[in-house]
Amino acid sequence: MDIVVKNLTKTYGPQKAVDDISFIVRTGEVLGFLGPNGAGKTTTMKAITTYLIPNQGNVWVGDSSIYEDAEEIKRHIGYLPESNPLYEDMPVIDYLRYVAELQGIDKSKIKSSILNMVDLCGLEGEKHKTISELSKGYKQRVGLAQALIHDPDVLILDEPTAGLDPNQIVEIRELIKKIGKEKTVILSSHILAEVEATCDRILIINDGKIVADGTAEELRKKAQGKEILKIIIEDADRNLAFDQLQQLDTVDVVDLIQGDDQAFEVQSKKDQSSKRAIFKLCVEKGWTLTEMCPVETRLEDIFRELTMN
Amino acid sequence: MKQIWIITKRELNSFFDSLMAYIMIITFLGFSGFFTWIYGADVFFIKQASLQAFFGIAYWTLFFFIPAITMRLFAEENRAGTIELLLTRPVNDWQVILGKFLATLMLIIISLILTLPYYFTVSSIGSVDHGAVWTGYLGLILISGAYISIGLFTSSISKNQIVAYLLALLIGIFFQIIFEMLAGGMTGFSSEVLSYLSVSNHFESISRGVIDSRDLIFFLSIMFLGLILTEANLLRRRYV
Repeated sequence: MDIVVKNLTKTYGPQKAVDDISFIVRTGEVLGFLGPNGAGKTTTMKAITTYLIPNQGNVWVGDSSIYEDAEEIKRHIGYLPESNPLYEDMPVIDYLRYVAELQGIDKSKIKSSILNMVDLCGLEGEKHKTISELSKGYKQRVGLAQALIHDPDVLILDEPTAGLDPNQIVEIRELIKKIGKEKTVILSSHILAEVEATCDRILIINDGKIVADGTAEELRKKAQGKEILKIIIEDADRNLAFDQLQQLDTVDVVDLIQGDDQAFEVQSKKDQSSKRAIFKLCVEKGWTLTEMCPVETRLEDIFRELTMN
Repeated sequence: MKQIWIITKRELNSFFDSLMAYIMIITFLGFSGFFTWIYGADVFFIKQASLQAFFGIAYWTLFFFIPAITMRLFAEENRAGTIELLLTRPVNDWQVILGKFLATLMLIIISLILTLPYYFTVSSIGSVDHGAVWTGYLGLILISGAYISIGLFTSSISKNQIVAYLLALLIGIFFQIIFEMLAGGMTGFSSEVLSYLSVSNHFESISRGVIDSRDLIFFLSIMFLGLILTEANLLRRRYV
């Protein structure tokens, strides 16, 4: 099921939380939603789940609009809100049964789908405990289990790995990747590495507006445009090497890296690569090239550049 | 209908899991039993085989207890944020409201059923006006419905259960006694309107065995109004 968000605007008093944003998420796509706190991520997600009614614009999930067919949308959505609200006084298994019943799962399949979720989310040892007794990580798993129990076509996950330990984070990421192959997933996160690891596409939102949209690769290319290499040349005179590098046709700027007198940072001219030329130069001069690696613009840098004014 | 029942079932379970139900039942039976049989204008004092003493005390105990049961229903969901998850499941606002309403009403009806031994006892002592007893119970159920819907409304306003409780009492006390007192001090049309708004007038006539459509309409419209306002509150949240 595709999600189509069109001209969505939501204001809280005088403040525009979401300002006229539009995007489409296709089936089988995992969309990572990035943005600083208060950028409008959660508001957008709440609008997709039909919980918030926007001031302007529309959202379609499949063929259903949030205005006309909210009930139909709700049937196909699995939602994990940011604060992961749960009925703390209920035992895990009772809560999952309640959710399963409300989601309209067939009576004969309720038991198997609960067991399936307990298994998938690693709740075997905790299933008879009251939710309030669980640690934060286990509560988060229960939150995921309630979102997944009815095998929804669309998953909206607001910070799904908050509060999990590193092992669990890896598990959950793999789970999302696996699920994401057949479903439409939107997830928000502050952890950029996580978004990079799980998402096919990244949407960066700031002050209620979309500031970047594309794969991690595309965003990088857009942000840097030029090739940057870090190289280490041994057995060479530093100044000579510097001059020679600077004279290569493809090289734009050479920098000395402080603290290491054999290391250089070489920035190529636009759309050109200097790797081969550097290697040839070293062979010619009899220098030993011990390291050459491309310096990638980190997602963090892109994020900061786009969201800091 | 199925969705309503699922929610009702959960709320009822939650009453019994959290001891709320037991406290309600024990205190209700304790109070009403004490004043029906042991103390004050009890059955032996008035020397009549009637349940008027019980209805009089139940009228007040329900008034204080119902807000204590309903205060949690929405306030807690608002505080914990579970209302968001609930309303993004395939249920509409009305199913949620009616589910919670029915759960509370069923808890009250269970408490009332447990007082039926009073009726059997009294009817073995002397000749009872059976009709008046059954309409008396019906009256208590109608009053409960009205106060539950007021309680649901105040619970939907707030995240704080205490605020919900006190507000429900505040609104309830007008219907319970203040309108009647005001009506006594006035004459003409305003007096008539105020005494029509008084729960005790309607309850009195019902518990005497007379079921008038005026009384039924009164209770049903309070219930309806309370639930409509609750729905408006749920809806308002989604526009803010």
